[in-house]
Amino acid sequence: MDAEPSVRVEDKLYYNRYLVDIGRPHVKVRAHTSPSPQLVALLKACPARCYELNDEGRVEVTVDGCIECGTCRVIAEPTGDIQWSYPRGGYGVLFKFG
Amino acid sequence: MIEERFDAIVVGAGMAGNAAALSMARQGMKVLQLERGEYPGSKNVQGAILYADMMEKLVPEFREEAPLERHLVEQRFWMMDDRSHVGMHYRSDDFNEERPNRYTIIRAQFDKWFSSKVREAGATVLCETTVTELVRDERERIVGVRTDRRDGEIHADVVVLAEGVNGLLGTRAGLRARPTPDNVALAVKEMHFLPRETIEARFNLRGDEGVVIEAAGTISRGMTGMGFIYANKECISLGIGCLVADFQRTGQTPYGLLDQFKRHPSVLPLLAGSEVKEYSAHLIPEGGYKSIPQLYGEGWVVVGDAAQLNNAVHREGSNLAMTSGRIAAEAIGLVKSRGEPMTATNLSLYKRMLDESFVIKDLKKYKDLPPLMHTHSQNFFLTYPQLISKAMQNFVRVDGTPKVEKEKATLKSFVNARSWMGLFGDACRFARAWR
Repeated sequence: MDAEPSVRVEDKLYYNRYLVDIGRPHVKVRAHTSPSPQLVALLKACPARCYELNDEGRVEVTVDGCIECGTCRVIAEPTGDIQWSYPRGGYGVLFKFG
Repeated sequence: MIEERFDAIVVGAGMAGNAAALSMARQGMKVLQLERGEYPGSKNVQGAILYADMMEKLVPEFREEAPLERHLVEQRFWMMDDRSHVGMHYRSDDFNEERPNRYTIIRAQFDKWFSSKVREAGATVLCETTVTELVRDERERIVGVRTDRRDGEIHADVVVLAEGVNGLLGTRAGLRARPTPDNVALAVKEMHFLPRETIEARFNLRGDEGVVIEAAGTISRGMTGMGFIYANKECISLGIGCLVADFQRTGQTPYGLLDQFKRHPSVLPLLAGSEVKEYSAHLIPEGGYKSIPQLYGEGWVVVGDAAQLNNAVHREGSNLAMTSGRIAAEAIGLVKSRGEPMTATNLSLYKRMLDESFVIKDLKKYKDLPPLMHTHSQNFFLTYPQLISKAMQNFVRVDGTPKVEKEKATLKSFVNARSWMGLFGDACRFARAWR
């Protein structure tokens, strides 16, 4: 069964506050020609849908909406597919309720 | 490098870190606590339920001061299929007591208050500071931390790692393994705001009474997972979590599950007309006793979620976190009071004290349950909820079928789905793991 197309994650992220560290993404995807199964899993598993497939069929990450859960780190850091750090102090998502 | 030297550095200002920093500062130790968020609480995510007994041990007067939401008078368990739920409710006026036992809280607000107590006790709390690395001496002992601030190296006799489930420091330094997809769950949550009276009417509450609903069944689509609905004063915390390995295996999306849970006919009326004000996600340690890492070493201890201290069966985490933080602080205080160094041998006292507490005893009790739930998720989260729902409907629907035939049909549906051997095996496995 596929995910409901009606769910727009972008709308959900709009509720949140962020301080984006422009030009210093805290997650990076290793250069690849075709994505590993781990990278493909992130397209669905990331709750903020930060991972997307680009026109060349490669997985890209945009961390602006990241909610810093660490799911992608658990799945794809062991294989070296991604590099994961926490944002610099004060940057990233700022939960009002948590 | 910051020349000032501390007795202890605490990394993180969640429940475990605050408990540790508070307890050490109260013992007169010179404590530095580092937190990457804008303020303590701004990175912390939980359901959330606060357990009073463990909080009282840290701040006895918390009920008068802390931002609490509702004291819980009712617990509901829902076993759900796509259109129904079979429920077990426990509600008691006994919980309307002078010193209630459990409260719903909003973590960002609660943690800010908790941190103010840490400061009052004399600890230095530095926010907007991400610790990037542990500093070792020539003998490989941990002697401090490096941060992302300029001149960011700071030294201390002991480092308390309260860095959360996804803590990078301890794993990067090889002190413990990175969590695996099998031993952490990903939970997503929304905060739904409604007028106070609406919440009280919908959940049958008076005043500050509160209720929690824990839900399992087809809402996790055969994955190991649970949903939850917690009533706060003016909002409802609603979320669902499943094992990361299951998300990875099935390709289900967390927001898809959340959306389906919200649209379930048993849930929808509770949320009608609400305004969502936040969407968050967090990992939850689910591995239990068998996934607890090494808890101490030369110049360091690890506490809370970072140490996988979470009771997945009872949905208890924050109390294990604050208890482990407090016990670590007490052990460190004892070592210090003897004038001894923070060696692994001396810090092993922390583990011995923790072993004697409810934290490890409870996790040990359920040590076999997480693996059982993880390997038999289809049965426990999909097949049985559907069967039980059908059985209940068969029981309550009046349609002229003789009761004997109804019972036969129910029994047959169970045997067809799981076979006699399967039913017997599941019952034995469950009983053995629960024991």
